[in-house]
Amino acid sequence: MLPTLNGRIQTRIFLLVVVGGIWTLLITPVLPVDLPLADRYRVTFIVLLTVLVFGIVWEFIYHFIQQFRWEKDWPTLFGLVTAVNEGALVWVLLELGVVPGISSPVPLGAYLLQFLTTWIVVWLVANGPMRVPFIHWRFRGGRLI
Amino acid sequence: MREDTIQLPGAAVAPDPPRNQAPQRGDLTQELLETDWWSDDAVARAGIPVVDVPFVSVGGGIGSFVTVDYLRICGVPTSAIKVLTQLEHPWESYEYLTRVSQIPRKERLRSDSASCPDNIWGFPSYAVREAMATKSIKPLWHVLMEPIFTDYWTPKAGQAFESMEKEYHRIAYPETVVKGQVRMVRRRIGGGYFTILTPPEGAAPTRRIAYRSRYVHLAVGYPGLKFLPDLQEYRETHRDYGSVVNAYEPHEQIYQRLHAAPGTVLVRGGGIVASRVLQRLIDDRDARGLQTQILHSFRTFVTGSHGPNIWMRRRGGDGWAYQGFNYPKSVWGGQLKARVRKLEGQARADLYGQFGGTNTPWRRNWQRQMRRGRREQWYHPFQGEISSLAPGPKGMVNVTLTTPQGPRQFQVIAVIDCTGLEADIREHRVFADLLDHGGAGRNVLGRLDVERSFEMRGTRSEPGRMYASGSATNGGYFPGVDTFLGLQIAAQEIADDLTKLGFCAPLGPLRSTSQWWKWARGKRI
Repeated sequence: MLPTLNGRIQTRIFLLVVVGGIWTLLITPVLPVDLPLADRYRVTFIVLLTVLVFGIVWEFIYHFIQQFRWEKDWPTLFGLVTAVNEGALVWVLLELGVVPGISSPVPLGAYLLQFLTTWIVVWLVANGPMRVPFIHWRFRGGRLI
Repeated sequence: MREDTIQLPGAAVAPDPPRNQAPQRGDLTQELLETDWWSDDAVARAGIPVVDVPFVSVGGGIGSFVTVDYLRICGVPTSAIKVLTQLEHPWESYEYLTRVSQIPRKERLRSDSASCPDNIWGFPSYAVREAMATKSIKPLWHVLMEPIFTDYWTPKAGQAFESMEKEYHRIAYPETVVKGQVRMVRRRIGGGYFTILTPPEGAAPTRRIAYRSRYVHLAVGYPGLKFLPDLQEYRETHRDYGSVVNAYEPHEQIYQRLHAAPGTVLVRGGGIVASRVLQRLIDDRDARGLQTQILHSFRTFVTGSHGPNIWMRRRGGDGWAYQGFNYPKSVWGGQLKARVRKLEGQARADLYGQFGGTNTPWRRNWQRQMRRGRREQWYHPFQGEISSLAPGPKGMVNVTLTTPQGPRQFQVIAVIDCTGLEADIREHRVFADLLDHGGAGRNVLGRLDVERSFEMRGTRSEPGRMYASGSATNGGYFPGVDTFLGLQIAAQEIADDLTKLGFCAPLGPLRSTSQWWKWARGKRI
């Protein structure tokens, strides 16, 4: 991908809200968590929101790293492996109990299932299908507006 | 066509009538030749038949093709478009150039997986399509790992041509094509333009036909590819066109001579064509057990990473400057695209200077070949410039080079020049006419000055617009013009501008998705 900072942030918000939101709606009922459905949705959407908020901070860091690249590109692989640092950070925050709205412990298996599948779905959409409705998107550094 | 220009597909330039001779009916008159703005009456007086069509694209190569593709997808009917061309099909010139420079259909281009001239969305990319066609995940793994753990994945030339051919029929492109040579485009009093076409001999009752249109698009490709003067002088003086060649002309005879007897060749240049020629020489050497010695001269010998600061450093070494594509990748959509779009004058020229220059991709197989060649001492790269060429014994060529260590002399069986010298835009007759009569100007690099919308600055004839895309516009607000994706980006800008003018439908999310679905099903539009 060839993002600008503004494009990164816009794409992050759009994809996590729209694609991540739909995916979270679909996957929450099948997660291995012992909670009523309404509480499950509350937790999974708070996790999604946490990933989104910290993701915007991460985008500044990625943008900085990108400046060392001559091509000023962001290889497809980077978009996938950044799941590791981002996922780990949110997990640590959950473990520390500092994520507002989530008081009870979150099972690691359920967290990984939600986080990784959402990440992969968003990454797949960003690397192709996104260009179908938004034909200008890839030429504008990922900006939608 | 001048003698120092490499002949590309398409007929030679048709001559104008002699000045002192009365023009035949339906030909250009002195009145027309000398007037910047033409009236309908003046064209009628010359007896030139007029064809009305809203949009004319001149050139008929890949630039015309991707622009017409975009317009067709934006709902413009074929009856509203005429492509004036000498080519048999849009990829003819490009395929010729790639083939002679050692990229036949089965070899891979230097082009990104998502730069698809047959698909304005770039999805599914060439790699995805190759994976589906070959039922292999290898291409997908390759693009996932590029450019960190693998070289950039690039499509085979054949895949690009075959998919373009499919799209060519899907959008009914042949219905828009009119064969002939464009002589000039002049502004029309009352708005729009006249494009003068010289049809093939005997194809029309008059010598010229005028296409009267509101919009004109120029995509004529290279204004001309020239031989360097030293090369040309040797060729003309000694009538030897077989052993001192440019890589963009057919030069199979050189490889065949090397098959027949061992010899030394001199390769000049540090771009992708030099890489390709080296690969061919080394592949032949390996496959046939040849003893070819390869001398390789670079005008600028790059020894390592280079650039003005830590944020702008390009990899290099062993003579070469390395870069995946002919510009840093982000000129086609990211930071550098956004940055150049805002720059004017010298600031823009300086940035072009920084990321331009001759370069080639760093590819693992090429690196291995060259390393082996240096170790086994049959590949000799060095800094040098040819100072003289003279015929030697038995069809050999004596070459003298100026190097930092002093003059060096070699006797070689051939010189393969891989430096491309693009001719000035004025060498193309249509551009020369536009500079003299059409209000066109030059940009900071001396090419055609275009707006961000690719409208040619100074040529407006309200409510008409004239656009240009391709290599002639290099130096503008968008750098990667002379590439598949660059032509598509230009097409998008042009279509956006035409949408504002009400000529075509906007390509918003709904239309774009429904059109993509038609593309995916191969449904004709």
